[in-house]
Amino acid sequence: MPATKREMIAQLQKELLLLQGFKPPAANAVQIGLGPVETAFPNAVFPTGAIHEFISDAAEGVAATGGFVAGLLAPLMQQGNVCLWISASRTLFPPALKAFGVSPDQVLFIDLAREKDVLWVMEEALKCEGLAAVVGEIKEIDLTASRRLQLAAEQSRVTGLILRYQPRRLSTIACVARWKITPLASEPGNGMPGVGFPRWQVALLKVRNGQPGVWQLEWSAGRFLSVTPHRIAPPVAEIRKIG
Amino acid sequence: MPARFVSIWFRHLLTDWLTIRRPDLQGQAFVLAAPDHGRLVITAASKAVLSQGISEGMVVADARALIPQLQVFNDRPGLAEQLLQALCKWCIRYTPIAAVDKPDGLVLDASGCAHLWGGEKPYLEAIVAQLNAFGYDVRVAMADTVGAAWAVARFGNGGQGIIPSGQQTDALLPLPPAALRLEPDTLERLQKLGLYQVSSFITMPRSVLRRRFGAALLLRVDQASGWEEEVIQPLLPPLPFQERLPCLEPILTRTGIEIALKRLLDTLCDQLQQKGKGLRSAVFKGYRVDGKLEQVEIGTHRATHNVQHLFKLFEDKIPTIRPALGIELFILEAPKVEDLAPLQESLWSGGCSLESIGLAALVDRITSKLGEQVIHRYLPEQCYWPERSFKQTDSLLEKATTEWRNDIPRPVRLLPEPEPVTVSAPIPDYPPMLFTYKGQIHYIKRADGPERIAREWWVEAGPHRDYYTVEDQEGRRYWLFRSGHYDADNPPCWFIHGFFA
Repeated sequence: MPATKREMIAQLQKELLLLQGFKPPAANAVQIGLGPVETAFPNAVFPTGAIHEFISDAAEGVAATGGFVAGLLAPLMQQGNVCLWISASRTLFPPALKAFGVSPDQVLFIDLAREKDVLWVMEEALKCEGLAAVVGEIKEIDLTASRRLQLAAEQSRVTGLILRYQPRRLSTIACVARWKITPLASEPGNGMPGVGFPRWQVALLKVRNGQPGVWQLEWSAGRFLSVTPHRIAPPVAEIRKIG
Repeated sequence: MPARFVSIWFRHLLTDWLTIRRPDLQGQAFVLAAPDHGRLVITAASKAVLSQGISEGMVVADARALIPQLQVFNDRPGLAEQLLQALCKWCIRYTPIAAVDKPDGLVLDASGCAHLWGGEKPYLEAIVAQLNAFGYDVRVAMADTVGAAWAVARFGNGGQGIIPSGQQTDALLPLPPAALRLEPDTLERLQKLGLYQVSSFITMPRSVLRRRFGAALLLRVDQASGWEEEVIQPLLPPLPFQERLPCLEPILTRTGIEIALKRLLDTLCDQLQQKGKGLRSAVFKGYRVDGKLEQVEIGTHRATHNVQHLFKLFEDKIPTIRPALGIELFILEAPKVEDLAPLQESLWSGGCSLESIGLAALVDRITSKLGEQVIHRYLPEQCYWPERSFKQTDSLLEKATTEWRNDIPRPVRLLPEPEPVTVSAPIPDYPPMLFTYKGQIHYIKRADGPERIAREWWVEAGPHRDYYTVEDQEGRRYWLFRSGHYDADNPPCWFIHGFFA
């Protein structure tokens, strides 16, 4: 019977996740409100207390990523906790955060001269328990450095977000998900003129123990709104020749 | 414990100093002179000169007439004060509170210090012996008040006296009125009335004394007898929170320095905790064997007496200490302390808001390593001009005075400087049809605007900006503006200023 088989597989998957250290979400876990995107993650919950990586190729993508990240920060900072935004070349405009539900005076911006210092500050910040999130703009990061960040995040349960603009190499790093946010044409609806709510194509290129996919989301009325109810075909991995 | 003061009187400060520098002048007749109203006036004279009836204030030409072989040296203004300050600093070995007593003396607050020398007599003897060994002719006295010590040092017989505690008034009685540090005209009046001793007028009613000689006399009498408190200005104000750690052997290694620092922090923080204080800045000093001073400083964003946190802040700076041949004395000072209300320790760590100690500790660690200027926090400002719509604040606790605006569209990314773009717009005040930025043509599909923002005339002059929110054929959103009014003769300048999410 296919139904029971599917149930069995789902049950086995749950047990596997438990064995791999993914605990079922706590009752007081923060609701990020990503809608269908969250189904891509294990237990269908956005993993907090871990490192997420965001890739962007163009300046417009950086802005879209900034908006999406601000939307993620809003529920994390709900209880008045502070967020750190660490960068060596920041172009984020603080007053814009308010449109995504983040109070800009709750964000500490740390502007450094060298990328190396960004990693140090980010690790120190991730060790500080109770912070809402730590955002770091780093162009290049290797596996060792990212693993240090991931370990610090696991210890303190602080969410770390790495924003990478035009990275030279996309090597594997120790993060739970790799995102790519690109802007989409907005649709005000009803044939209204002017620019509508920000709309993005949210691509999850890699998810640890999850299903990658592509979604279209819109930020309206202070929350994420799914534009396409279903997952678009996942990005096709490059076929590598063997041998 | 009663207060005890020592007054040191340098009888021949300047001439003694010159003799120390030039030993060949020993026993010679020489004076120091300074020009005054076009003539040279003697400011200090050696013992050989004084014995021949020449006194300070005489003109050099008159003195030359009496002693033809008189040597004259130039006196620098302020020389005596410099000498006294140096001597005062040296005297800090006898007491931490030492003050200059112009024009020719020092005052030491010796309360609770004498027993370290085995009593008051050996204490004074040690001071006199050491100063005599330098070559200074001094007289010292010790009493409960500054005034009594001053009087006995200058006018007592023998010049070395220890006035037992509580007997300073008796000691003053046989002295002349000049021992009370009075103004010259008061002294003259007392002299005229035949009051040659303190005992002859101290028993008079106070109202009489005040009417005849002014309140200054009563004040001096009160200060000398201890009825009125007299405050001295110490050369180095003592820090209330300071810890010292002398080492038996010079410390050379990092481990040694860390142990010393930890020990000092433990005692200092313990002291701070008992007083309900927390430190905002601390200085760790190491006195090297070769006389040099090595020091590192830290500052905190919030008053704290947490040993682990302070040690962590110092830890990054320990490598900058160069012990060379070794450090023999460590001092930890807290120049800036604030009241710290005892906090209730939470059993489980909650969130990390702007007020929490965890965040202050994190900020301290970052600023101690990378500098104060890396941390930025912004508050809203009532201004539409985008660059001035927020202000920077140094404080973590400062609250916003206005709300952040949410009703006007603002880009997530703002360029540091607006960059020029070429644009084709159909008619004035319409959004453009297309624009070229960095060699790429963007066809505009959707647009909002204009939002006109003018500069505040009281801040700066210049053209206003008409902002448009535009979206191109691929759904990318930009913030463009036209600078100034549309003018047919010279085409308007267009700029890109930001990127929307």
